[in-house]
Amino acid sequence: MPIETTSDEVLIAKIAKGDRVAMAALFARYRLPVYRFVLRMVRNAAIAEDLNSDVFLEVWRQAATFEGRSAVSTWLFSIARFKALNAIARRRPEQELDEATAETVADQADDPEIALAKKDKAAVLRACLLKLSAEHREIVTLVYYQQKSVEECAGIVGIPEATVKTRMFYARKKLSELLAEQGIERGWP
Amino acid sequence: MNTVKQSEPSEIELLLPWYAAGTLDAHEAARVEAALASDPELASRYEWVRAEFAQEADINAAAPTPSERDVETLFAKIDATPARQPRRQAQSSGFSERIAEFLTSLTPRTQAWSALAAVLAIALQAGLLAGLVLKEKTGGFETASTSRHVQSDGAYVLIRFKPQTTATEIADFLTANKFSIVDGPAVGKLYRIRVAPNKLPKDDLMRVVTTLQSDKVVDFIAMTD
Repeated sequence: MPIETTSDEVLIAKIAKGDRVAMAALFARYRLPVYRFVLRMVRNAAIAEDLNSDVFLEVWRQAATFEGRSAVSTWLFSIARFKALNAIARRRPEQELDEATAETVADQADDPEIALAKKDKAAVLRACLLKLSAEHREIVTLVYYQQKSVEECAGIVGIPEATVKTRMFYARKKLSELLAEQGIERGWP
Repeated sequence: MNTVKQSEPSEIELLLPWYAAGTLDAHEAARVEAALASDPELASRYEWVRAEFAQEADINAAAPTPSERDVETLFAKIDATPARQPRRQAQSSGFSERIAEFLTSLTPRTQAWSALAAVLAIALQAGLLAGLVLKEKTGGFETASTSRHVQSDGAYVLIRFKPQTTATEIADFLTANKFSIVDGPAVGKLYRIRVAPNKLPKDDLMRVVTTLQSDKVVDFIAMTD
């Protein structure tokens, strides 16, 4: 079977034996989604890139202990989550946004007030999504961008499935409040 | 009528984000579909969920990507860690095992190149749609998945095709409508598709979205900048 179509589980088994090509294959498969997930949480491109390689280094080290109780991607994202949370806890306030990330954010989503002045509802929504707390950004990006099921989100975040659903609901509720502050009333939630 | 109370979200309302993302099982998706069909208020709330889904995709599409040298960084970190004792199989005389042993015996520099080659090979096998996504540029080609800039001309939508859709059906869909894929697939299998050469008024673009929503190949569609 070509390495590109080899299942994640088989790649992990190979990595556990020290197979570097399998490691490169897994990295190629997940480097972007994991990076984007971490970036969304830490909001700093340099830190996100460093954490990204740390996540896969952890996979290299721990592959032999992977028991297959969850999907490989769930395991990967839960490692990424812990590393991102640690980085957020360690980070100094002035490192909140690096220039490159800040420019990107500014390019795609003006400040809500500016976006509203332009009457661009989509831009206001983008800006408000970016203003969510780390906890809410995490669940929103897992559900919408990473397209994780309720069960997968529960495995990654380490909370019951019912809590996953209510956390997403409260993230959306907070989004409604942020939109309301900008004069956009969308009702419940 | 399955009207949602203000005080407490219904189970169906809680599921709307996963319905938009296409990650519910068939049974749950059918429940949500039935509720949306019978509850106009819920359906109007779902439009906000779809908007959030589309804007989250836009945020990530415009976000930075990791540097091209990140695989080298990873293997440098791996090489800097204490050597791991590979788990030995009782019988490992097969061809694949010998290949694996050969690969693990390569020098770090050679291994880095092997890893890069593997990454490139995997990037190139991004799927049957890769050919459709190749965009001719002055002096060469650029894969849309590596393109970072968003084109300013034209009208665009985000589309996720139904899982069972073949590449031929997608090609037919694009040809019949004179559309072109300009970016994707992003995570979530979303493609940015140009539906008109010039920017369209919002109402006109909404009409395009509404029309395409019922196309047999379209699983999800939303307006985008």
